Amino acid sequence: MSDRVLVGTRKGTFVVEKSNGRWSPRLVGHQGVGVNFVARDPNSGTLWAALGHGHWGPKLSKSTDGGETWEDGPTVAFPAGARHLVPPFPGETPEGEEPAAARLEDATVQKLWVMAFGRPGRIYIGTIPGGLFVSDDDGKTFELNRPLWDHESRGGNLFDTEGSGFTHWFGTPASEGGNFAPGIHSILVDPRDPDHLYVAISTAGVLESLDGGETWRSRNKGMLMDYLPDPAAEWGHDPHAIELCKGDPDHLWQQNHCGVFYSSNGGAEWKKVSKPEQGVHFGFPVAADERDGRTAWLVPGKADSQRVTVDGSLFVARTEDGGETWTDLREGLPQDGAYDVVYRHALSNANGRLAFGSTTGNLYLSEDRGDTWQTVSNNLPPVYSVMWA
Amino acid sequence: MARVELTRHLYLYFPQLEGQELVVEAETVADVVRELDALAPGLGGYVCDERGRLRMHVNIFVGDERVADRDRLSDPVAPDSLVYVLQALSGG
Repeated sequence: MSDRVLVGTRKGTFVVEKSNGRWSPRLVGHQGVGVNFVARDPNSGTLWAALGHGHWGPKLSKSTDGGETWEDGPTVAFPAGARHLVPPFPGETPEGEEPAAARLEDATVQKLWVMAFGRPGRIYIGTIPGGLFVSDDDGKTFELNRPLWDHESRGGNLFDTEGSGFTHWFGTPASEGGNFAPGIHSILVDPRDPDHLYVAISTAGVLESLDGGETWRSRNKGMLMDYLPDPAAEWGHDPHAIELCKGDPDHLWQQNHCGVFYSSNGGAEWKKVSKPEQGVHFGFPVAADERDGRTAWLVPGKADSQRVTVDGSLFVARTEDGGETWTDLREGLPQDGAYDVVYRHALSNANGRLAFGSTTGNLYLSEDRGDTWQTVSNNLPPVYSVMWA
Repeated sequence: MARVELTRHLYLYFPQLEGQELVVEAETVADVVRELDALAPGLGGYVCDERGRLRMHVNIFVGDERVADRDRLSDPVAPDSLVYVLQALSGG
């Protein structure tokens, strides 16, 4: 049973632990620094934090003593020659000229967004712009996964060639520095087979690899968008987060910009399971149950155009039947005048204990599968990531 | 030999530089960053991105002049120059 929650916030890393029957947060590192993601490598026990310094750029930090002390991790950098296609911004085409084609730009890491852990020694990092970095030496060095970076859907090999000149990957405003580029925010490793991977990209969709990242294919069948002429186009989807059931990994959950989607066949086909009339549609995070693939939790928000709670009341939605029905879980959560937004990495489940944090700096925790909630803090910095460890 | 002054914030991450007089052999600002990185490995990555470009919210001044070439840091540094590595004020 996990007894500790790692919390990454805009102003540092916190650990939440239970003492004398009460859960409370403690600042353990990176005071004043943006912490996009904190997680524990289950193979080594090392804690990793993905930092976004306001001035000094993206940095990895790690702790081998449970968070008491931290040191800089290795540099995560695009290799020389890594380029990406950047569509022209509005206003860049001079009056009377043909619209400019997407231009090739050297890639630099703008944001370390997510980490995941594979077989012992293997660590993954997802970045903006859209890089998957892989370590096979327990995090001493990281290398760009070329097959995904060179994927045909984003213009092909741009290291050695001019590529196709066209990318199906759009962007997310979530990078630091105001740039607009696609980002990898979800990396899933199949517990049955560490070479079986999924990544989700805002904005492109879900890709799957069956060979440890040597080849990638799209996994967006059944997905629907409401912002492109063809709602079922292969690319252009905006997953906000994906999760799988550890005990039944063919069951995948996706909170998408355009609703909630569920797959019971490993992503071969997705089914929209939103219930907009119940407020279950828009949001960022999703947590899957560890044993029952049909059970998942969301923290819904109101519509992409608003991104606040539904009618000022905060609730968690749970399904136990693959999204056919949803239950509102509200006991212990503020039901009036609450405008919390919960980001994609800020909801976590471990054996029916759930925790989530909001950009309002509130942290809530449930020890009974979400039936009742307690407030851990109302005074944290904006919360970016919450993870049982 | 150019003299270098760093923003206090960088000493937080590179405490080994505390109390040191930072004097480097440099003809350009890029040389200054390289020499600083040799003194405190990793410091170059705080100041510049992986293409060697000055990070958006970092400033370097040579004397009273802000560097002009943020991409290659080719601005010249004289033997008696004083070089400042500072955070750019970026609000927030």
